Amino acid sequence: MKSHVWRPLYVVLAVIATVLVVRKVLVPPDFGIGSRGYMYGWHRPSNEAEWQKVTVKYRTSEYCKTCHADKYQEIKTSPHASISCENCHGPGLRHPDDPRALNIDRSRELCARCHFRLEYPTSGRGKIRGIDPKTHNPGLDCVTCHWPHDPRKQGHTPAKTAATPPSQNTVSKTSNPCERRGHDIA
Amino acid sequence: MISRRDFCKKSLLVAGGLTIPLSALELFNPARLEAEKTDGKKLRWVFLVDTHKCVGCGFCVKACKTENEVPYDANVTRTWIERYVITKDGKTHIDSPKGGRDGFEDSRIDVGEGTFEEIKNEEINKAFFVPKLCNQCDNPPCVQVCPVGATYQTKDGVVLVDRSWCIGCGYCVMGCPYGVRFFHPVHHVAEKCNFCYHRISQGMQTACVDACPFGARRIGNIRDPNDPVTKVIMTERVNVLKEEYGTTPQVFYLGLTKEVK
Ligand code: HEC
Ligand code: HEC
Ligand code: HEC
Ligand code: HEC
Repeated sequence: MKSHVWRPLYVVLAVIATVLVVRKVLVPPDFGIGSRGYMYGWHRPSNEAEWQKVTVKYRTSEYCKTCHADKYQEIKTSPHASISCENCHGPGLRHPDDPRALNIDRSRELCARCHFRLEYPTSGRGKIRGIDPKTHNPGLDCVTCHWPHDPRKQGHTPAKTAATPPSQNTVSKTSNPCERRGHDIA
Repeated sequence: MISRRDFCKKSLLVAGGLTIPLSALELFNPARLEAEKTDGKKLRWVFLVDTHKCVGCGFCVKACKTENEVPYDANVTRTWIERYVITKDGKTHIDSPKGGRDGFEDSRIDVGEGTFEEIKNEEINKAFFVPKLCNQCDNPPCVQVCPVGATYQTKDGVVLVDRSWCIGCGYCVMGCPYGVRFFHPVHHVAEKCNFCYHRISQGMQTACVDACPFGARRIGNIRDPNDPVTKVIMTERVNVLKEEYGTTPQVFYLGLTKEVK
């Protein structure tokens, strides 16, 4: 029997053998059918654990409550009760260890997310009291006049920062436009 | 001397013989039979979105991007909010600037490429916001099309992507009728919402649910009859997106209208 006839077969066998060996080496040992069968469950099960190990960054208001109980109480009894601390302050992951981890967002855009007036009759948005940032005291931070943790209270002028509790904030009667808030309970 | 005909016959026999035993073994694999029994599961994550409550503040998108390390300024996101404005002339206007990450702080509709469409309040018939996210379908088409087994469904119903195994072919991105998949700008593999798998598997809520101030987003276990989300799904008029595709989506919506796609 002439070898040139068999040679292609050896080549084919060698190719198959290499593929099998390479497959053995490269495919992770736990690769297999998961609980969802062939069509939806063919995977590497250890990947599920990898996804479960992702770090939690948003730690919820309950976490903030453990140290800032006063802020928590204040906001929970205000019209802003439903807003989570981390929406305005960012994820609490490395706070308080790293002082730069949290930020205090005083931007007008933050408040306008909900208070930009959109008269949408079939949406919850239409029911929130809205303003037009273009005409509602432009150029000033909202928190100058509205206390974010309880918007029924007055804010403070940037010069008088959080050192003074907002409710006892005494600002000069003539210059502070917040004084115009007739309906304010603060 | 072997004839050409004999040679072909024999090599076919050998090649066939090599493949048959492998598949024969798989056919009788008990693990597979076990896997195909769907009953007896105690946990199946589902999502409930109440479009009446959503105000489009975008805190969910912001939280999702930060929590799941999707680059903040890249124009991709795992969840997003669409604004629907339906005017008296019967037209539907839809936009989602930056996926709603910064909320909707413009009454005009963003029609793309820097142009905006003014809509007068008197012309509006209905206007509302619809948050979108992965539907974690019971028949996920994205998983079926994956050629390498890099995306799969866990037994509690969440579709995950194996980042180390994904080859980036993009079939799943094309295969998803809801458009929830995209390429991760850093890892260069398929990326999608996974109901914050790391949070829900340790008893927390998803980042978007925690961030939502108005309870428009909720997550629950459909196998638990006492779960408040299950109760709503079972007793109220909920709907799903693109039911006609047969994907059996598991994100339920309250207050959908025919304009929402
Ligand atoms: C373990 C206790 C602890 C917890 C929990 C905690 N904080 Fe703090 N926080 C502190 C301390 C201490 C400071 C003051 C030191 C500093 O500025 O870092 C502070 C300061 C702050 C400040 C002011 C920072 C500044 O620049 O003036 C903010 C805002 C804040 N925390 C928000 C939060 C939020 C939101 C959470 C929940 C995610 C939270 N904190 C959870 C201890 C805590
Ligand atoms: C609506 C957005 C918003 C929410 C929600 C919110 N904050 Fe604030 N917070 C602010 C802003 C804005 C300031 C800065 C006020 C200023 O100008 O001094 C601030 C200031 C603070 C400060 C430091 C200033 C101070 O009063 O001494 C702390 C601490 C703080 N917040 C904690 C919290 C905690 C804890 C929660 C959740 C219970 C929370 N915040 C929820 C917007 C918010
Ligand atoms: C997540 C949405 C949301 C955000 C963000 C938000 N608010 Fe509010 N705000 C509300 C809701 C809801 C109410 C209560 C309903 C109402 O009064 O329309 C409210 C009420 C108010 C009121 C009226 C309070 C009263 O009863 O007199 C003011 C003023 C206010 N917010 C200011 C702010 C300021 C300033 C910020 C930014 C620091 C802010 N809001 C951010 C949702 C929000
Ligand atoms: C210079 C002070 C000042 C600044 C800055 C300011 N406001 Fe006001 N705001 C007021 C006063 C005074 C009122 C009450 C009188 C009124 O309705 O105009 C008010 C009322 C409101 C109301 C209730 C409106 C209603 O229909 O009852 C909301 C909501 C509000 N402001 C949100 C904001 C937001 C959001 C910002 C930032 C973009 C902001 N304000 C900036 C002074 C201010």
